[in-house]
Amino acid sequence: MLAPFPRENKSSQPNECRKFVQVYMRNEGWESMINILPQVLVDGLTLGFMYAVVALGYTMVYGILEIINFAHGDIFMVGAFIGTEVLLISDALGALEGMNPFVALFITLIIAMVLTGALGVGIERIAYRPLRGAPRLVPLISAIGVSFLLQDLVRFTEALARNEFYLNSPALFTGSIPIGSIATIPTKGLIVIVIAIVMMIALTLFVNKTKWGIAMRAVAQDQSTASLMTINVNKVIMLTFLIGSSLGGATGVLFAQNYGTIDPYIGFILGLKAFTAAVLGGIGNLRGAMIGGVLLGLLESLSGAFMGPLTNGAFGAEYKDVFAFSILILVLLFKPEGLFGEAVKEKV
Amino acid sequence: MANLAWKSFKGIPLVFTLIWIVAFSAALYLMDKSVIAFLGILSSIVLVYYTNTSKSIKMAIGAIVLLLIIPLVAGENRYYMEVASQVGIYVAMALGLNIVVGFAGLLDLGYVAFFAAGAYAYAIFSTSQANEFIAGNLFPLSGEWFWPFLIVGLIVAAVFGILLGLPVLRVKGDYLAIVTLGFGEIIRIVFNNLDKPINITNGPQGITPIPSPELFGIKMGTPFYFYFIVLFVIAFIVLANIRFEHSRLGRAWIAVREDELAAQSMGISLLNTKLAAFALGASFAGVVGVIFAAKQTFIDPTSFTLMESIGILVMVILGGSGSIPGVVLGAAFVTILQVQLLKEFSNFLHGLQNAGIISLPNQLDPSKFQRLIFGIMLILVALYRPNGLIPAKRKKNNLDAIKKSEFGKEKLGILGRLSQLTSGKQS
Repeated sequence: MLAPFPRENKSSQPNECRKFVQVYMRNEGWESMINILPQVLVDGLTLGFMYAVVALGYTMVYGILEIINFAHGDIFMVGAFIGTEVLLISDALGALEGMNPFVALFITLIIAMVLTGALGVGIERIAYRPLRGAPRLVPLISAIGVSFLLQDLVRFTEALARNEFYLNSPALFTGSIPIGSIATIPTKGLIVIVIAIVMMIALTLFVNKTKWGIAMRAVAQDQSTASLMTINVNKVIMLTFLIGSSLGGATGVLFAQNYGTIDPYIGFILGLKAFTAAVLGGIGNLRGAMIGGVLLGLLESLSGAFMGPLTNGAFGAEYKDVFAFSILILVLLFKPEGLFGEAVKEKV
Repeated sequence: MANLAWKSFKGIPLVFTLIWIVAFSAALYLMDKSVIAFLGILSSIVLVYYTNTSKSIKMAIGAIVLLLIIPLVAGENRYYMEVASQVGIYVAMALGLNIVVGFAGLLDLGYVAFFAAGAYAYAIFSTSQANEFIAGNLFPLSGEWFWPFLIVGLIVAAVFGILLGLPVLRVKGDYLAIVTLGFGEIIRIVFNNLDKPINITNGPQGITPIPSPELFGIKMGTPFYFYFIVLFVIAFIVLANIRFEHSRLGRAWIAVREDELAAQSMGISLLNTKLAAFALGASFAGVVGVIFAAKQTFIDPTSFTLMESIGILVMVILGGSGSIPGVVLGAAFVTILQVQLLKEFSNFLHGLQNAGIISLPNQLDPSKFQRLIFGIMLILVALYRPNGLIPAKRKKNNLDAIKKSEFGKEKLGILGRLSQLTSGKQS
């Protein structure tokens, strides 16, 4: 992903830095690192915004039900598959030819969002609602179950339909935009970022301004009191799952567009990292989830690119997941309320 | 109605159990490679558990089945012993996790990391791998070192458990699940990449050949021997489980599981109690890891994925967390399902396919549907039997009997001293 860039500004390096380079970095690693930095940042932002949108789904469900919806990462994966299938089928039918890629992406997004939203509501209805009020470990276990079920169901259907379960998504956007002479942003990455921002703004407006959004916040605050205020708690929870899952599904489509290849197991680890992002920002807090996601994406991208050169190849990009999980553990240990959350006193 | 029928159920008659055992062992002896007969013998353990007779007779029959009948009837057949020792390994692991999840209520999704610690401890030092970072060409060790390494594996894993537990146990509930999951992944990634800068684990290539255990010069490399080693370890772990369950520590675990706050206000040290559970569960996994490494003679990081952790969790939850017979049943059921039933079903379908009756793409091989089955099982158990197949029994004290006993007359504590004082004044 990281293309080598021509070294141009050799002379612009200050002298001190030169010495540093000579002493600590062999093979002029420092300069090549500076040169790939913009590209790494763009990659990190793209990844980070995807984490952010998926993290929103975790944070919404956690804010209301206080359960970790383990299956959310797999709803994201299902979204990626639905989007890719829509594009593949319409490509096979010849519908994609001559169609404006933006229109195609929009239609794909809508279809994926509707289907994954319905899936999320269905999962809530079958696997979570009967367990409301059960000990907290029980819904967690059924969530892990749903997650596994979805992974194999997708594998099963894809194996039946296409005889393989690694799909290559048709690319709608192939161009790239150069920034000055140092880096190029692939259009698809930019589109991911823009759509993610639009979705996040829309969600924030929805939660803060509309009647249903206020009802959601009320239910998150106190379910029984909210139900006394004539709020239909079940409906609000359904709506939460609908919105969270459809956002996750849409991100899946964007993921498939950005990275090309998808398989049924992409959801679990990405979901875990999105959850990390939600925890980092303070779970139950929308703004925190967004910032946490972007932060985590950037950190991961930077560590993936620079850990190898900085440690002389002892620890390479393969440790970037270790990095993400270590952040999760450290945050949970030292600031469990997250960077932007408020400390909640234990209810007795 | 069904509940009523269950309550009036007193147990299976002893005669029926005996006939069952004799019939199936005869069947297995006469019909070679009959899977059903083998399963029948294995399931006879469950029958023995439910038999309507005294505890000592049940134990005696169980011991006979495990120690004599299974090795005698299936001893010649490597495959059956392989399955049986595999089942045993998972039973032992599940019993270890039962301490963490079942007794102390700490959901640990990275349990397999401790298993890996034990397995790697034996693998690294019993092969020439250790020469990579220890000077002096001392390795490989011979198979006789297997026995001390059971203890080494236990200690290594327990240290791992304490190191992980110290920081991690400050979080609880589903956060703990996530943190342990992350830890498990970290361990796997680290083992997968620790072939540079110093080659410690040999990375994704894995370590081989790990020597089989040796005792007095006898090489114990076949599943037949491992079956007995595992059985011995299981007996040890079950005994430990029972002893711990009714000890002071075990009661503290259960108190913490039920209500942390209440337990804490009764003077239970949360950190010590949880740490003890973590370290104990881990140490059992470490022992089993050493056996696993010796049995496979080859290990690599793919044996220690999240999938394995979840699989062991499924065993505990399906069987009934906190219930020792339940966990044994759950582990045996899941392992047999995985190792044997799915495989048999695939073979059956392959047979049909070869005969040209059905055509099936390779991707639909039923043996690949582990996740689907785990998923369905987890959901169903969570929905319909959240306490598992054999729920844990609470030991009930008969209050009336205690009151009537001779100790009941003594007044204890402040009350006793008060009554002594008042009686002293009166006299």
